[in-house]
Amino acid sequence: MIFAEAFAWLVDPANWSGGKSIPVRVGVHLLFCVGAVLGAALVAVPLGLFVGHTGRGSVVLVGGSNALRALPTLGLVTFLYLITGGGTVGVLIALIVLAVPPILAGTYAGIQDVDRGVVDAARGMGMTGTQRLWRVEVPNALPLLIGGLRNAMLQVVATASVAAYVGIETLGRPLLDGVRVLDYAQFVGGAILIALLAVALDAVLAGVGRLVVPAGVRLSARAGRTRSSRMQSRRRKSPVPVESGGSPA
Amino acid sequence: MVTYLSDAGTRAALLDRLLEHVYLSLVPLVVSVVLAIVLGLLCHRFRPVNATLIALSNVLYTIPSLALFAIIPALIGTRVLDPVNVISALTLYTTALLVRPVAEALDAVPSHVTAAATAMGFRPWRRFLTVELPLAVPVLAAGVRVGSVSNISLVSVGALIGTGGLGTLFTDGFQQRYLAPIIVGIVLTLVLALVVDLLLVLLRNRLTPWVLVGKP
Repeated sequence: MIFAEAFAWLVDPANWSGGKSIPVRVGVHLLFCVGAVLGAALVAVPLGLFVGHTGRGSVVLVGGSNALRALPTLGLVTFLYLITGGGTVGVLIALIVLAVPPILAGTYAGIQDVDRGVVDAARGMGMTGTQRLWRVEVPNALPLLIGGLRNAMLQVVATASVAAYVGIETLGRPLLDGVRVLDYAQFVGGAILIALLAVALDAVLAGVGRLVVPAGVRLSARAGRTRSSRMQSRRRKSPVPVESGGSPA
Repeated sequence: MVTYLSDAGTRAALLDRLLEHVYLSLVPLVVSVVLAIVLGLLCHRFRPVNATLIALSNVLYTIPSLALFAIIPALIGTRVLDPVNVISALTLYTTALLVRPVAEALDAVPSHVTAAATAMGFRPWRRFLTVELPLAVPVLAAGVRVGSVSNISLVSVGALIGTGGLGTLFTDGFQQRYLAPIIVGIVLTLVLALVVDLLLVLLRNRLTPWVLVGKP
C-alpha cells in the first residue's frame, strides 16, 4: 500500500533533520510564497484600486489578466531562471508575475462590485474621491480582494513546487527526486506535504479575511451576493466582466 | 531561434508535442462536461448533494496540480508515469469548476418555461435535454472556456513526471541551457489556448442562436 509507505517516509526521523529536511523545505517554500504574494500585492493592489476607482484601463486589465492565465508556469520559471543567469531571483520574479493577475482581478472586481447606490450616497454626503475610495469602496471590496490574495497564494504555492525543478529547495524537491529515482514513498509523501501546505495557507488567509472584513460587509455579502451583483452589472454603463474566481494551479 | 525552427526534425517533433498537448488537455475537458452535466443535474434535484460537492470541489481546488498528479496514481493504482494520471487530475479540476455553474444555471430556468414544456407534453428527460440543458449552455460555455485555458496551461507541469506535451520543451530547454525551445513552448501554449478559446466561442454561438438574436 503506497500510502502506508508514504506515511512511513513522512514520519521517518531522518527526513526531519539536516539541511535538506522537511522543516527546512517547508520554510523555504513559505519564504518564497509569502515574499512573492507580498511583492505582487504591492504592485497589483494599487493598480487594481486605481483602475476600479477611475474605470480607466479596465479593458486592458481584464484582457491582460485573462491572457496571463494561459501562461505555462513551468515555461515561465525555466525561462526567467535561464535569462537571469540562474539563482533564486528569476524564480521569485516568475512567482510574482503569476501572483499579480489574481490579485489585480480580485481588487478590480471588488471595487467594481460595490453597489453604485452606496458610492452615490457617499458622494451625496460630500465625500471626496479619496474618501469614497478608502472609506466606502475599499471596505466593500475587501471580500473579493482577499479572494484574489487567496487565489494568488494557491498559484504561488503550486508554482514554488514546480520551481524545485530548477534547483530551489522547496517541497517540490522530494516529489521530483522521487520520480527520478522511482522512490514512490517519497514521491507521494512529497505530494501530500504540498497539498497540506496549500490547504493550510488557504485556511490561514481565509481566517485573516474573516478578521479584517467589516461585519456589515460580511452580512450583506452573505445575503445573496450572486443575485445583487448580477443586477448591478446590468445597471452599469460599461460593464467589463472580469473572471475573479480562481482556477486550479 | 531561427536555427532551432529551421530544422525539419525539430518541427516534426514540435507537431507531435503539440498534438499530445491538445489530447492531454481536451480529453479532460470533454469528459468533465459530461460529468458536470450529470452531477449538476443531481445537485439541481437533490440539495444535500449540492453542498457536499461544493465543499469537495473547494478542497480539490486548493491542491496544487503537481501534488494531485502524484496522489492520483496512489489512489487509483495506475503507474506513476502514466498520462492517465494527468488526464484524471485535470478531469477532476474541470468537473469541480463546472458543476456549480451548471447547477445554478439549471436552478435559474424560469418555472413557467418548464411548466410550458410539460404542458406541451414533454416528458421529463426530453424536457431536460431539449429545454433546460440548452438554456444552461451560455453559463456552461463560460466555465468551459476557463477550464480549457487552465488545462492547457497545467498540462505543461505534467512534463515533470514524464507526461508528453509542450511541457517537455521546457525541460529539454532547461537541461540544455537553451532558450529557443522554451520560448517556442510558451508561445505555442498561448496560441493554442487562444485558438481553442475562439473555437469554443464559435461553438457556443452555434448552440445558442437565440442569444445573438437578442442583441441589437
